Amino acid sequence: MDSDATVPLSERPEWSDVVPLSQDDGPNPVVPIAYKEDFRETMDYFRAIYRSDERSPRALRLTEEALRLNSGNYTVWHFRRLVLEELDHDLFEELKFIESIAKDNSKNYQLWHHRRWVAEKLGPAVAGKELDFTRSILSVDAKHYHAWSHRQWALQALGGWENELDYCHELLEADVFNNSAWNQRYYVITRSPSLGGLKPMRESEVSYTVKAILANPGNESSWRYLKALYKDDTKSWISDPSVSSVCLKVLSRTDCFHGFALSTVLDLLCDGLRPTNEHRDSVKALANEDPETNLANLVCTILCRVDPIRANYWAWRKSKITVAI
Amino acid sequence: MEDLPSMTVSQRDQFLVLNDVFRIYSDFDASDIATQIFTVEIQRDKQLDYLMNGLRHLGPSFSSLDANRPWICYWILHSIALLGESVDDELENNTIDFLGRCQGSDGGYGGGPGQLAHLATSYAAVNTLVTLGGDKALSSINRCFLRRMKDPDGGFRVHDMGEMDVRACYLAISIASILNILDDELTQGLGDYILSCQTYEGGIGGEPGSEAHAGNTYCGLATMALITEVDRLNLDSLMNWIVHQQGVERGFQGRTNKLVDGCYTFWQAAPCVLLQRLYSAHDLVLQGSLHMSQPRDEDHEEHAHDEDDPESDDDDSDEDSNEGLLLTFSYHLQLNLVALFEDCRRVQPVFDSLNLQRYVILCSMVPEGGFRDKPGRPRDFYHTCYCLSGLSVAQHAWSKDKDTPPLNSDILGSYANHLEQVHLLHNVVMDRYNKAIEFFHRAV
Repeated sequence: MDSDATVPLSERPEWSDVVPLSQDDGPNPVVPIAYKEDFRETMDYFRAIYRSDERSPRALRLTEEALRLNSGNYTVWHFRRLVLEELDHDLFEELKFIESIAKDNSKNYQLWHHRRWVAEKLGPAVAGKELDFTRSILSVDAKHYHAWSHRQWALQALGGWENELDYCHELLEADVFNNSAWNQRYYVITRSPSLGGLKPMRESEVSYTVKAILANPGNESSWRYLKALYKDDTKSWISDPSVSSVCLKVLSRTDCFHGFALSTVLDLLCDGLRPTNEHRDSVKALANEDPETNLANLVCTILCRVDPIRANYWAWRKSKITVAI
Repeated sequence: MEDLPSMTVSQRDQFLVLNDVFRIYSDFDASDIATQIFTVEIQRDKQLDYLMNGLRHLGPSFSSLDANRPWICYWILHSIALLGESVDDELENNTIDFLGRCQGSDGGYGGGPGQLAHLATSYAAVNTLVTLGGDKALSSINRCFLRRMKDPDGGFRVHDMGEMDVRACYLAISIASILNILDDELTQGLGDYILSCQTYEGGIGGEPGSEAHAGNTYCGLATMALITEVDRLNLDSLMNWIVHQQGVERGFQGRTNKLVDGCYTFWQAAPCVLLQRLYSAHDLVLQGSLHMSQPRDEDHEEHAHDEDDPESDDDDSDEDSNEGLLLTFSYHLQLNLVALFEDCRRVQPVFDSLNLQRYVILCSMVPEGGFRDKPGRPRDFYHTCYCLSGLSVAQHAWSKDKDTPPLNSDILGSYANHLEQVHLLHNVVMDRYNKAIEFFHRAV
């Protein structure tokens, strides 16, 4: 960092040899921005060294100033990478730099892409750092999209899977509606080299999910996750008693939303489940309408009423039912 | 505000938004008819003022968008086109000139003059020039940049050594499609990449493993449609995920258990409509007939002499002459074809379109001009563009194809609020798209 960054560049002796290059906006630009003086000047000097391709320590410092003024300028990030490589700069320091930019605005693609670039160069040695960094961002915003992407990339490229399932649980304990945490759970059980994959993990995950569903039957995340555990295995999906059982339990309650339980029953029926009397009675108990002989049809009819936002969708589903049960 | 200790962060955030929105709805419902009519009307003058001012000058706070200026052009000019207006020649020429200065030697456009070429700003520039239309605008587009952004793994990077994700894929393919330069080299491996981004929820994430997200869902589906590999996706689960993103406020949210935002009106409704049209077309092929409840014209021919057919039960059918019968037949056939035609050209949208429009108009629309994410957030050009685009999609959601205009009842606020129809895969106004396609197919 320059000794006094508030001094205009034109007054700093170390920049006296550079002729700033103004933006070629043309005589009548559209969407012209009324840049503040320090912004305009910094970018004029950046343009000059970008044009001359100067990859020097002062160029590095200048990119930092430019990024503090606009962290979304991908051209500056790109050029900074070229300079970092040329100077063989300490990339551990660079991680700290990125963290300082992230403090003010962590929601930009460029920052995260840069972080990924640095971390990739540093390799597995920084696996822990990347998990720590993303954890700190997620502690402020537990659904931060870029942070989750980066975390997934870091696990896959650098390792550190051991505690990830626990981390997901930690987040879900704090907020069971955190869909990002459920998504991460799926990522871990399907890709972690230290776990066995979806099938071996299924029983414990189903048990975990059923518990979550019964505690909050209106939580969409948990229902979608439950179905995910049977991905590409329709046979198990329709025959596993845990699945039917959680639906029936929820349907028998009077204190909660029935929509997800009903739509799960609908999916099961359409996938070939042969309904038992328990299924039929459970559904019929919720029907205000004349019970139709086709159970899937009846479920759709009830859904139109209990989930009215999606009334058109359930009507459309009804029109697509091909199973005759 | 009462303490709500038992709520999770998700529940609390949702509760606060719901409160704001439902207060707006109940105030609206309680007001008199005259006020209601006024409130739902899009104040076109105010909207255009806001947009035109942005085109002419932007304050220092826009420095954070200094690397996105072609986007600002697109958000503004597309919004103006949606409102059925256009800019004068001077502004048009200035825009073309400005975008020309953002263009690099390889044809790609950067975020401003002298900036590195980027797929997102290239997409925005191309869409802007298509929106402006005319040979001068369209002939200024240069084509070489796309190939360099292609990654051997099948996807695209947004700039030299830039990030790779579903969004980048869409940006590249949308441009290539409009410019008529889509080829095997560009599409190679792309379907596999996007497929790997469809999640267990049914929606599509930015990268393989990432959470299902509205923007990426639009990008993924639109790309697959453009490269004609749409059937490789699990369309049932995709449809299911999208419709569940319409929340209690009746606006759309971007991810499961997250908050409503006006911009998702476009990112979610567009794929929804697209999917419904795909399903309809699929049914068409499957059944070999038109998908609706009225008799097929083939059936009608068979039944023309059927005494049970109510259509044949009229005065003319008493005539003995063949000619009379033929006249009757062809007259009723015509009537039925028209009814057939209209019925088969309309479909009930799977999402709640009128209430979606209600959210946008009552909660996102700013009476002084512009649109915002949700009550309490400031307006901006991005939200203006995508709220208006989304409104247009919602208004046209009953149409099975692009040539079927909406009915008055499809539009909240009546026909005065009618917006121009967009091409679902590119989000440019339909007739500008048609002119551009004509130009680029000629130019080959």
